[in-house]
Amino acid sequence: MKCDSCDKPATVHLIEIKGGQKIEKHLCESCAVDEGVAVKASTPHISDLLEKFMIKHGALEPTQQTVRCEGCGMTQEEFRKSGLLGCPHCYDAFEEALAPLLGRAHEGASQHVGKVPSRAGIDEIRQRRLMQLRRELAEAVDAEQYERAANLRDQLSRVEAEDD
Amino acid sequence: MTEHASDKAGQWMRGGGPDQDVVLSSRVRLARNLAGYPFVGRADTNQRRDLLERCRMSIARADITPGLHWVDLNDASSLDRKLLVERHLISRQHSKATSPRAVAISEDESIAVMINEEDHVRLQVLRTGMQLQDAYDQADVVDDVLERQLDFAFSSQLGYLTACPTNVGTGIRVSVMLHLPGLKLTGEIDKVRRAAKDMHLAVRGFYGEGTEAVGDLFQISNQTTLGKSEGQILFDFQDVVIPQIVEYERKARRALADHRATVLDDKVFRAWGTLSTARLLGSEEALYLLSYLRLGLCLDRIDSVSMQNVNELMLLIQSAHLQKIAARPLGGPERREFRARFVRERLGA
Repeated sequence: MKCDSCDKPATVHLIEIKGGQKIEKHLCESCAVDEGVAVKASTPHISDLLEKFMIKHGALEPTQQTVRCEGCGMTQEEFRKSGLLGCPHCYDAFEEALAPLLGRAHEGASQHVGKVPSRAGIDEIRQRRLMQLRRELAEAVDAEQYERAANLRDQLSRVEAEDD
Repeated sequence: MTEHASDKAGQWMRGGGPDQDVVLSSRVRLARNLAGYPFVGRADTNQRRDLLERCRMSIARADITPGLHWVDLNDASSLDRKLLVERHLISRQHSKATSPRAVAISEDESIAVMINEEDHVRLQVLRTGMQLQDAYDQADVVDDVLERQLDFAFSSQLGYLTACPTNVGTGIRVSVMLHLPGLKLTGEIDKVRRAAKDMHLAVRGFYGEGTEAVGDLFQISNQTTLGKSEGQILFDFQDVVIPQIVEYERKARRALADHRATVLDDKVFRAWGTLSTARLLGSEEALYLLSYLRLGLCLDRIDSVSMQNVNELMLLIQSAHLQKIAARPLGGPERREFRARFVRERLGA
């Protein structure tokens, strides 16, 4: 089929109903653009669409705060990737994200029933302190800050030596 | 210890024990972590070394019977490590890692304590046959002894804190190694798999996580560790679930003997024929044939070999064991030849 306005093949087919009358138009792409019935559109690539989609959804992320464990520095994202927690304190730090996961893994349970260590271990505050000191020590060694490392080691021994 | 023990199976693998026709072995594992340290995956090399040393000293000081022998896995050869995997004393993951890690093993191999695997401490007790309660009792005692020296990470709400949230709470994994050729032959094994899944149990192959069942050997274990006490988990498992599977398997075996005796005998005697005459034998084929031989023994279809012999062979035909027995490295084809000869000798053929 040829274009109604020129000899080029018609690629845009338009059916208009005006006052109960059916008007058919067959136009080539350029004539259709001229008549304002079609917009010259460049076909978007699927990858562009996907990218836009991802940007759109990714754009939601920065508004959420990165949840990080104070004990070991692990982020919730790191936990999600590996499936393993970084330290005992991660259970508090990621409590919200963990709740549904624990429910699924343990038939809905959320409270420990069973053995309790016979001896009360070191208290929570000391545990956190030890964890933080060990983390700082590792960072100091990594950064070759030996004086700071020695200092931290002393602090660590003092906290370790405190009686329960 | 890995030097002299390679030509015989640990006590727990030699067979015997309650329900030994179906239950090869029972295992209880407890996961523990030291408070004040990051979990192993997050710990750097220095911290792992520190953890290792702490655990080594505690184990050395602890009054554990039978006594534990310390194996630093960084000092162990890859063949020795593989041997430990084949004997179910360490995991594959533990064998392959390169960071500071160890295992402490009792002389009779009933107790193994992995240090710096996924958790700082993974204590396991193995028993032959269906003896989960006994295994747990011993694990509990060893745990108490270690706890006197080490502060384990524990919260009153979530119990023992573990690297993977699927182990949190009691940190206990109870499992049994089952021989289920009857259910396999009658095509009912998938029903067991489905039922186990519905009951929140994991079904795995002979070599644990991520492995297929070879030689009709299946490892079944609990998955829920939070919200149930150790006693409840043990009871559900050893008094409710496993006895049902054991009965189901026995029924399948009886049905085979009663209604398909010729087919059954054909499998058993072909297995005997191949094992006692083959010149080349792969490990999977050997395990598959030994499974039929074991079935034949349980149903009194054959008496040319002892149950203990078959149980031991299931362990010893594995590649690291054969190389230890041969006292030299064996490549694939050579190993298959050595395996065939070893099996023939053991069967007195």
